[in-house]
Amino acid sequence: MTSKSSSDKPVGVIGAGNFGTAIANILALNRDVILFARDENVVRTIRDTRENRGQRMEANIQPTDDLKWLAESCDVIFPIVPSMHFRSMMKRLAPHLQPYHMLIHGTKGLDVQLPKGETLETVQFLDRRAVKTMSEVVAEESVAIRQGCLAGPNLARELAERQIGATVVASPFQEVIQMGKKLLRNERFMVYENNDLVGVELAGVLKNIIAIASGALSGLGYGENAKGLLVSRGAVEMVYLGRALGGNTKAFLGTAGIGDLVTTCNSPNSRNFTVGYRLAKGESLTEILADMEEVAEGVNTVKIMKKCADHYKVRALITDTLYRVLFEGLTVQEALQYLMRYPLSMDIDFL
Amino acid sequence: MEIIEEKKNKNKKYEPILDSIPDWPVYQLSRNRKEFLEQVIVKSIERIKSQRTSRKAIIDELEATVYREQNRMKRNRWRVDPPDESQFWTQIKHELVALSAHPDNNSTKEDELLHRIVDRYAHEIAGNFKPSSYRFARSITQFWFARLLNGARVKRFGAFFSNRYTLRVKIHIVGKVKMLRNMARQGTVVMVPTHFSNLDSILIGWVIHSLGLPAFIYGAGLNLFNIKIFAYFMNSLGAYKVDRRKKNVPYLVTLETYSMLALQNGAHSLFFPGGTRSRSGMIEKQLKLGLLGTAIEAQRNLYLEEKTDEKVRKIFIVPVTLNYHFVLEAPDLIEDYLHSKGQDRYLPEQDKYGSLQMIKFLFKFFTKGSNISVSIGSPLDIMGNHVNEAGESLDPQGRVINPRDYFVSNGEVTVDEQRDDQYARMLAAKIVGEYHRINRIFASHLVAFLAFEMWVKRHPKLDLFGLLRLPEEELEINYEEFRSEFKKLRKRIYEMKDENKVYHATHLKGDADVVIRRGIENVGIFHLKRPLLRNKKGNIITQDLTTLYYYHNRLVGYDLEKFIG
Repeated sequence: MTSKSSSDKPVGVIGAGNFGTAIANILALNRDVILFARDENVVRTIRDTRENRGQRMEANIQPTDDLKWLAESCDVIFPIVPSMHFRSMMKRLAPHLQPYHMLIHGTKGLDVQLPKGETLETVQFLDRRAVKTMSEVVAEESVAIRQGCLAGPNLARELAERQIGATVVASPFQEVIQMGKKLLRNERFMVYENNDLVGVELAGVLKNIIAIASGALSGLGYGENAKGLLVSRGAVEMVYLGRALGGNTKAFLGTAGIGDLVTTCNSPNSRNFTVGYRLAKGESLTEILADMEEVAEGVNTVKIMKKCADHYKVRALITDTLYRVLFEGLTVQEALQYLMRYPLSMDIDFL
Repeated sequence: MEIIEEKKNKNKKYEPILDSIPDWPVYQLSRNRKEFLEQVIVKSIERIKSQRTSRKAIIDELEATVYREQNRMKRNRWRVDPPDESQFWTQIKHELVALSAHPDNNSTKEDELLHRIVDRYAHEIAGNFKPSSYRFARSITQFWFARLLNGARVKRFGAFFSNRYTLRVKIHIVGKVKMLRNMARQGTVVMVPTHFSNLDSILIGWVIHSLGLPAFIYGAGLNLFNIKIFAYFMNSLGAYKVDRRKKNVPYLVTLETYSMLALQNGAHSLFFPGGTRSRSGMIEKQLKLGLLGTAIEAQRNLYLEEKTDEKVRKIFIVPVTLNYHFVLEAPDLIEDYLHSKGQDRYLPEQDKYGSLQMIKFLFKFFTKGSNISVSIGSPLDIMGNHVNEAGESLDPQGRVINPRDYFVSNGEVTVDEQRDDQYARMLAAKIVGEYHRINRIFASHLVAFLAFEMWVKRHPKLDLFGLLRLPEEELEINYEEFRSEFKKLRKRIYEMKDENKVYHATHLKGDADVVIRRGIENVGIFHLKRPLLRNKKGNIITQDLTTLYYYHNRLVGYDLEKFIG
């Protein structure tokens, strides 16, 4: 199946954030890697110090700020940039892509295209015509239709420490899944297959909401019972929301769903968790966001999913309540009281 | 009834792109019929056996096939079925039973049975294009169409033999005609029209001819061959037969292989990708992936067999929408649809229309003012990308790309059926999008849509079935109210046209009263019970809400209902 010519081709990674850097290091165990960073200073630092974001870089990773050269040198590309920059990155990459390219992205966020003059605050409703997953952005902007995504319990810091972990490669194309497995798999890193691309993307996106809530519970000083309650109810809410947006239930129960959810909800270092934690300690959202180095995708996700849930008439208690905490001045304490009083008793009703 | 004239038709006559019939790909195919069918049989068997690898799996498949075929003969026999059919299958069954009784003998009996079945199917499917009968059928059609038209329209003695009007007056062809002709010269064209009426096949045949294109091969429903007058025309026009009753694997594989090899050999083809006439009157949303898949597979094979010194022949997909004021079968189609939606039961395909009804309809069609328009969409490559004048594929930004690259992994063209299946799904979605974009809205579609939606809004508590059960006498819309809503909706359609989301007929423009009148007079014009009309007070009423629902459905999917009320 592998012809020599392409086994020799390097793999591209776009985005040198924490996760992009960690994935580049994993890929480097199997192939040469070209790592794109927007900022030429980052490129220079990586070249000179062989280090980025506190991670040691494998020797066969070549940093660059030349997208064209990356696209011409690689058949397989992993775009891993924040969702708010994803579309503009794709617009710059698309002119260099050919139909033989495979794209496997690792971005957990949503893209929103609003009518001119509207913002997320003013727009009347949001539906699937405005809200896109990253793979849908790739499909709209480029000819790279053989694509997939990475999702799962992948804390960049632990990956960087070469701890064990696992990921899901999701794609409607078997070919893409097999390629992803071949490139990512090593003795410390498991790769699972899933063909529900949108479902897996949504699982990765939606768990960020629950992660904020988990941080908030921690911030209030609650323990493991509370967390168990949140994770299980959170998983149910993810299924509801995910199905409304076009995912299948199964994707949310696997490594990219429950797996990622449990990890993120137990990880005090994750950005989303931190947002919730500091909110519970009484800080305001503006203060918190002001001193964060990378984006907390969850904050935006709450805003988007609240509007979607309203439009599709999905019951999404946690999302709704978090929205009120983040943007309408409800305190975390009040929010919790509200949730605990809510009359609901059915445990699972979607299987 | 007064006929409101459509804007002057600019249709012109097109010169044939190939000089003589012997140059036509479909003629080449039929001249080498024997070799071609042999190719189909060999390839089909190869494909069946690649899916059923063990001896037992093949025998199981054969047993399932015999069972289904015998069942079909019991339940649903057609006039067109060959007389020796039950004999053939009984014989196969006997031999199969004998084979299962002695499974351990080392014969290749099951291969022989499979060969006999596939051979029979291949011959049944195959069309037989004959230049002489093609020319004959063509001239007969033109002669009679002209007689009907002129006899009806020119009101003077001897008008019957006048040649003042031709079919061109009745049928408007709009859209990317030049591109289509261009692509048919450079590559192989797969035309994929929407399917609303049994008339579609004949209509498309005429369109293809009048655009100066060589005959296309059709996949025509075998049920149409029950009607003798259709059977004659279609046989001679290069139609191959698709029997939707047969769902067994050997049949489906043979059918797909036939279509794929014909495409690979350069025969322009016509698929109705909806598979069957739209029962609901909506533009098709779910397309049959099997036949679309054959276009993708054929293109992939052409790249696979690419020789360095010659250019690979490209396959172009051309979506087409057929726009009618009136669909003869509408009341039955919509009834089928409602039955299956309401109680999800099995519906055998039946046609209540014999030759006589068809002739009656044609007569009405030609003698009365009901026009048809055919919108030709932009040619697409097999992945649904638009192409330029030179037939090169373009990405969304207009950059030239090579579709060969869709089949490349690790630097070379590879075979991956799972990938091709997924591509077929993506192509289907692109085609559906194009249908909505090139759909040409008639005044009759718009008034039907509006009236029905206004009744929906007035009965917010009723579901579709509840609404359809309302007695027609209770439904009435004040004309002034209707008129003001009509103008709002029409404005929205103009906007959508500017956004390149849909087209509309030229007759939609102008004085609202005139356009509404034209719409109401034309919607379902020949039905006994009229879907829409005006009462003595001038208000809008209906005699048949269900049929109105059918015509209304044509504009479903554009979110137009949001602009009412």
